[in-house]
Amino acid sequence: MTRKTPMYVIIVGGGKVGYHLSKELVREGHEVLLIEKDRKTADMLSEELGDMVVFGDGCEIRTMAEGGMGRANVVVAVTGDDEDNLVICQMAKRKFGVPRTLARVNDPNNEELFQELGIDQTVSSTRVIFNLLEQQIGSSQVIPLAALKKGEIEVVEADITPGSPVDGMRIGQIDLPANALIISVIREGHALIPHADTRLRQGDSVIAMIKADRESELRTIFTGEQS
Amino acid sequence: MKIVILGCGRVGATIATTMAREGHSITIIDRNADSFRRLGNDFVGETVVGNGLSGDTLKRAGVEQADAFVAVTNGDNRNIMSVQLAKVRFKVPKVVARIYDPIRAYAYSELGIDTVCTTCVSSGVMHDKIIGREYGSVDEYCRFGMDETPEVTND
Repeated sequence: MTRKTPMYVIIVGGGKVGYHLSKELVREGHEVLLIEKDRKTADMLSEELGDMVVFGDGCEIRTMAEGGMGRANVVVAVTGDDEDNLVICQMAKRKFGVPRTLARVNDPNNEELFQELGIDQTVSSTRVIFNLLEQQIGSSQVIPLAALKKGEIEVVEADITPGSPVDGMRIGQIDLPANALIISVIREGHALIPHADTRLRQGDSVIAMIKADRESELRTIFTGEQS
Repeated sequence: MKIVILGCGRVGATIATTMAREGHSITIIDRNADSFRRLGNDFVGETVVGNGLSGDTLKRAGVEQADAFVAVTNGDNRNIMSVQLAKVRFKVPKVVARIYDPIRAYAYSELGIDTVCTTCVSSGVMHDKIIGREYGSVDEYCRFGMDETPEVTND
């Protein structure tokens, strides 16, 4: 984990997500305020987490002002109600000028609407799990591992399966798309740093960096499927 | 006009029956079918059971052809979200939200959402009845008591 400048993060909603997120952020050295509107839950949370827990309705401007919303770097709304998460983020942004707002979206159909309505980032656990499942069961054998530079560059993993056009080829022979780079080959559980003479074989996993818009070309090269 | 109303409580039902009698085409949505009893037997509009925060429900209610959308559920935030859905996604020309919390009502009216804060309006009317003052305008009532609200500071 890289060391970052500490942020002041306000989290609204003391459910499981809010609780674990608060703990994690505090451990990383950030300042956190957790707002919970149920008295009992708030009391339980403050027994463990102390002063950083505040009992109050995070949709109320009074609670926001008292929590120092004006100096927050990020506001994260993770209640179980999408309408509350929307209003928290909109008020944070427009009334207090909070630079970055993040909302949990319980109904994945609301993601697009929230973004249209000015929420900076949305997270839908339904969508995340669905995407993971699709990667496992879909025909695609090129799996995105990470996105860098706002998604401009991707790190992907491609498995060399039977019938792959590159099975048995040396890396130097593969006609890679421009700006693609093979950074590692995972073979029998070990990560190799490959060179042009490294010969790929069935069961290898190839880790590559590529411009996101060229990903489908990489898929064709490794799987033979046209997309 | 074609008007879609979200929430068949006392206010929703009163708007629906009155405006239907005036000859407008009314569709009213509520998540609980029992609420429609408030409309009485002679209501000529449409009723839709569903969640007003879902685009599918609003479509079933014909929001795409609506001239106006009114949100009068018990939840301020539900009303705020559904009118934005109607306005942004379905381009309904006129949307109005009932909001109990005066500050939230004012904040969203500043953002171009037409709001009616019934807390302010009824407090204002009560006030003027008590002291025998001449009645003011709705806009005036919608600001009633707002001077006493806490100052929003950025520290």
